Amino acid sequence: MLLALLQRLGQMLFVMLGISMLVFLIFFATPGADPASRIAGRGASPEILEAVRKSFGLDQPFYVQYFVMMKKIFITGDLTSFVNRGWKVVPAVLDTIPVTLSLVIGAAILWVIFGMLIGIVAAATRGSWLDKLLMILGLIGISMPVFWLGEVMNLVSQSRFHDTWMFSWVPPLGYKNLSDDPKGWFLTLIIPWITLAILYIGLYGRVLRASLIEALQEDYIRTARAKGLSETRILLRHALRTSLISFVTLFGLDFGALVGGSALLTEVVFNLQGVGKLTYDALQNLDLPIIMTTVMYASFFVVMANALVDVVYILLDPRVRAS
Amino acid sequence: MLSVRDLRVSFRTEQGLMQAIDGVSFDVAESEILGVVGESGSGKTVSLLAVMGLINDPNAIIEGSIKYRGRELVGLPAGEMRKLRGLEIAMIFQDPMTALTPVYTIGWQIAEQILAHEKISRAAARQRAIDLLAEVNIPNPQEAVDRYPHQLSGGMRQRAVIAMALSCNPALLVADEPTTALDVTVQAQILDLVRKLQRIHKSAVVFITHDMGVIAEIADRVLVMYGGRVVESGTKRDLFLNPQHPYTRALLDSIPPLEGKRPRRLRSIPGSPPSLLDRFKGCSFAPRCPLRFEKCAAKPDLVGTSHAAACFLAVTQ
Repeated sequence: MLLALLQRLGQMLFVMLGISMLVFLIFFATPGADPASRIAGRGASPEILEAVRKSFGLDQPFYVQYFVMMKKIFITGDLTSFVNRGWKVVPAVLDTIPVTLSLVIGAAILWVIFGMLIGIVAAATRGSWLDKLLMILGLIGISMPVFWLGEVMNLVSQSRFHDTWMFSWVPPLGYKNLSDDPKGWFLTLIIPWITLAILYIGLYGRVLRASLIEALQEDYIRTARAKGLSETRILLRHALRTSLISFVTLFGLDFGALVGGSALLTEVVFNLQGVGKLTYDALQNLDLPIIMTTVMYASFFVVMANALVDVVYILLDPRVRAS
Repeated sequence: MLSVRDLRVSFRTEQGLMQAIDGVSFDVAESEILGVVGESGSGKTVSLLAVMGLINDPNAIIEGSIKYRGRELVGLPAGEMRKLRGLEIAMIFQDPMTALTPVYTIGWQIAEQILAHEKISRAAARQRAIDLLAEVNIPNPQEAVDRYPHQLSGGMRQRAVIAMALSCNPALLVADEPTTALDVTVQAQILDLVRKLQRIHKSAVVFITHDMGVIAEIADRVLVMYGGRVVESGTKRDLFLNPQHPYTRALLDSIPPLEGKRPRRLRSIPGSPPSLLDRFKGCSFAPRCPLRFEKCAAKPDLVGTSHAAACFLAVTQ
């Protein structure tokens, strides 16, 4: 078990190393990607370019630049922005993490609960009008782009119906710290949570339904019926238990990607200063240190989430345990 | 104890009504072993699934009468049927590899069935599971009870399935080709086990198979099915020594003889089983029958009492 964990840790480090090198090469070493000329601005003279190179350390060989950057991200933590000189990047990224985590964890709780509920109810009543209705609703949820849905939510809750009893509780956009103002934190995040979760509720509901219906065709379900178990027990203890394996895989991938910055659109629409928003802003003015740092952070979360999925697999599926 | 009369099972399909079972009648007496034999598609499994109430295809139509100890099972509410299943009527399936839920230990699965029917504690149910595993000759039952299905061989899994079926001491055990997916040495052990348990528990057993050798080994009485009908029924002795239906005779001819001259080739039955969609109006075996004559255009009735055959040429008592 310990060996397996160490092995896993080694793999994680290897993947992150590969990602960091790739991203570095893309932004610093691909032909035409000259950070100095971007910083110096259009039509800068060769002297100015030279000075910029020297000042930002871009005149050194690539491998030195790479190692200096990695040292500044992981060891000294004093990497500074190219755009806002002196602005420390690592604390800036660390500041955004609670925002993104609050958003994504809340949404994940919603989508797991409602996704499972919809999947189970649809599978139990398959073929009925309820099943069809739920699947159509799920499809609508998947089809609505999150930025559009977010804007509509804002329009309704912040503007058109803000003064009615329905949405008067909605605070203005922006993030409030959980430790300073728990109530404000909760209230500001409700609508972003719902917005982000709707897509995944539809997706997970549909995936779970399909996987449950497939499981219900299995021989062991017939055995369970022959044992005289109730339909509810067969569905929940036998079919759902085996279907959860695919559900967890999907969840690990989506959760890791969202925490790593894929919640960008939701963050932008609701003005939440999360990792996605930070990366988005950095990409606007090509602030390479921030991009490198957020990419490292994102890859860390994706890899972590995958490692966690593997652990959950071991809990869920005894067949994995043996090998 | 079990009396099936004129059972008909049909499925609505896109090509029309598919008659899988066409008027099957048979009886099972207390603690006897009834062998049901026939080719794939002859309806042997479907008719027993109907007895178990396990046909839950919404397009299935089940007609006729299935009486278990005087109780009519056709049209019995699902909740009532569930109470009988597993408690009084249990079933063993063909493929032990897929018949157990992969994510639970076999002990848990056996205890689950006991707990579904009896009010006893978890610990007591577990102890019963261990005793049952010992009874079906699983070595080291104390340890085996916590094993997952994938950790056991096919023969051991089938023993676990049998232990599960026996857990509530059922009066009727339906075994659907329990030896087909196993290798030959294990087959013999499983057959011995079923016979031993049948003697101890005094359960009646309906043993479905397509293997005449297995029938010879285990059955008291035999039912031969073809094309969704019973074509011949009788004691094992009647059937093997004095087969009346040409189909039974053909089945027996396809077994290699142990004594006498070895045939150059085993005799097989020409043709294939009838399509269930457009059934031949008369005797369903007629298209493949070497003895076919004019009368076969009409459907023969099953004639006889202890030894009965559905053939115009049959001589039965």
